[in-house]
Amino acid sequence: MSKILVIAEHLGDKLNSSTARAVSAAAAVKPDTIDVLVLSDAPDAIAAEAAKIDGVSRVLTVARPENVHALAAVLAPQIAKAAAGYSHVFVPSTTFGKDVAPRVAALLGVAQVSDVMSVEAAHSFKRPIYAGNAIITVEADANHTVVATIRSASWAAAGNAASSAPIEALAIDNVTLPTHTRFVELKQGSSDRPDLQSAGKVVSGGRGVGSKENFEIIYKFADRIGAAVGASRAAVDAGYVPSEMQVGQTGKIIAPELYMAIGISGAIQHLTGIKDAGTIVAINKDGEAPIFEIADIGLVGDLFKLIPELEQALG
Amino acid sequence: MKILVGYKRVVDYNVRIQVKPDGTGVVTDGVKLSANPFDDIALEEALRLREKGVATEVVVVGIGPADLTAHLRNGLAMGANRAIHVVTADAVQPLTAARVFLKLIEKEQPGLVVLGKQAIDDDANQTGQMLAALWDRPQATFASKVEITDGKATVTREVDAGLEVIEAELPAVITTDLRLNEPRFIKLPDIMKAKSKPIDSIELGSLGVEAHDHLKTTHYAAPAKRSKGVMVKDAAELVAALKQKGLL
Ligand SMILES: Cc1cc2nc3c(=O)[nH]c(=O)nc-3n(C[C@@H](O)[C@H](O)[C@H](O)COP(=O)(O)OP(=O)(O)OC[C@H]3O[C@@H](n4cnc5c(N)ncnc54)[C@H](O)[C@@H]3O)c2cc1C
Ligand SMILES: Cc1cc2nc3c(=O)[nH]c(=O)nc-3n(C[C@H](O)[C@H](O)[C@H](O)COP(=O)(O)OP(=O)(O)OC[C@H]3O[C@@H](n4cnc5c(N)ncnc54)[C@H](O)[C@@H]3O)c2cc1C
Repeated sequence: MSKILVIAEHLGDKLNSSTARAVSAAAAVKPDTIDVLVLSDAPDAIAAEAAKIDGVSRVLTVARPENVHALAAVLAPQIAKAAAGYSHVFVPSTTFGKDVAPRVAALLGVAQVSDVMSVEAAHSFKRPIYAGNAIITVEADANHTVVATIRSASWAAAGNAASSAPIEALAIDNVTLPTHTRFVELKQGSSDRPDLQSAGKVVSGGRGVGSKENFEIIYKFADRIGAAVGASRAAVDAGYVPSEMQVGQTGKIIAPELYMAIGISGAIQHLTGIKDAGTIVAINKDGEAPIFEIADIGLVGDLFKLIPELEQALG
Repeated sequence: MKILVGYKRVVDYNVRIQVKPDGTGVVTDGVKLSANPFDDIALEEALRLREKGVATEVVVVGIGPADLTAHLRNGLAMGANRAIHVVTADAVQPLTAARVFLKLIEKEQPGLVVLGKQAIDDDANQTGQMLAALWDRPQATFASKVEITDGKATVTREVDAGLEVIEAELPAVITTDLRLNEPRFIKLPDIMKAKSKPIDSIELGSLGVEAHDHLKTTHYAAPAKRSKGVMVKDAAELVAALKQKGLL
């Protein structure tokens, strides 16, 4: 029977919602147990949050000063050790999970299933390839641990349980942690806006917005409707917005209820990032733009004229 | 210092991928193949490090079928000193690719290995991290800036929360993100020059790597299509439509 270890993602002492999404994927395997592993210098607050996720059997914590920053080279040997006895190790497919999970898989000598979209059976999964233009079914060898990253946009976050799961400290001894990789700093764009990856509404701007200054019109409109702000690669490359706002094959894959693409042409690599959005709205001055082929609601016109009109129509 | 660069050939990013009706694969016959865009960026970064005097030699590595030679020539034309072609008729999975790279590392003793963060066909995003684990060396994935000084790499990484800077002692594995650089175009005279540059061919079977792939792809399907939506004529109509759906 299946025993699944889910690796918690957190920044500082806040648990990322990608963890509860990975728990949903774990539940789809119908396992005997789902344990969540928290690696941190101070795991208590994170573990308490993880313990509330529905379906979690136990939360295991490893408190070590080396775990203060999520360095794959430091975390992977601990995760590989903790994985003993589990049939599956699930990690969110965020930059955190994409960085650490293959390192764990290699230490265990197994392949990794990237970006799991659905669980067909305990060792059978669906995942996207070619920027989501094909969906493959992969069968993992049942004689080995399955290491998989979970595509967050495909899974709703598991809800809160009626009572919290027990929290236990896990002793991981006799692993030497490397010192060859060191954290220097994290430059974060500070923002009071909703988080792009978990927001219910997202407004994205593309090259059509034209400049960093012009992007204010996107921010203002997003604030008006309580949305997070995203961007196309062209807008990031042109320096209108920071890189963490990129949506798409090589940026963030998101699934908001409402996605508004403004001045974005709809390149296949961008669409990969929004395939699972509930309603896609496109605003573009070119009626032939490919974005209209997949938009649920399209509006042709100049964004600089239409956005103020939208704000007015909102009343 | 020597730099090894992963140089994978993939279906060009402009090709609209079609899944075969019988679900056995995607149509690759007659489809345009190009270097993985992330690998062009990896090669460009390595060449810049050589031009700065940080590296002395840049070696491109391709793992694939016999006809990969023409693709490796492009890497040589772009400026690599030489190429290694690991010949195999089979599609290799990331763990096998990583084991192959490790064998080449043992022989070549590079100070740096630069791979793409993902290959745009399989989108696995694994090989570099697996290689770093097997080699027991640092990894700096999703790099958008690389500086090499005093035997260490200072790498800016594009992560979900923003830009993370880490320091990695060399030798190390770096995987490239899109904004690391803009690859140069290949010039005609360079294509001529590349003809005389060496390509070493090694049979994958002769490397003694355990090529046991744990994953089997059993079915290919086209993604679910979104149905075509409606066009509205003005802002007021859009707001009304969104309010009706309860989205505003
Ligand atoms: C016609 C065709 C059929 C295929 N059929 C299957 C199949 O049935 N099952 C299956 O699992 N896969 C199949 N693949 C894809 C498979 O072989 C992938 O190449 C492999 O799984 C590696 O994944 P990735 O390249 O996405 O790895 P990633 O980890 O995304 O690659 C990252 C980086 O590693 C380096 N790298 C990886 N591979 C190579 C290489 N070969 N040469 C040089 N550098 C490399 C590159 O620098 C690359 O940017 C097929 C591919 C083709 C073209
Ligand atoms: C390997 C690879 C990975 C990639 N990954 C990503 C990714 O993750 N995310 C991503 O987004 N892209 C990605 N791309 C790039 C992608 O191919 C496109 O180049 C990019 O998405 C284009 O961005 P855009 O739509 O903003 O710009 P453009 O294609 O230039 O479109 C701008 C649009 O704005 C419209 N417009 C202009 N002015 C106005 C106005 N005043 N009012 C209304 N509309 C206006 C135009 O009609 C046009 O349709 C990737 C590319 C490659 C090769």
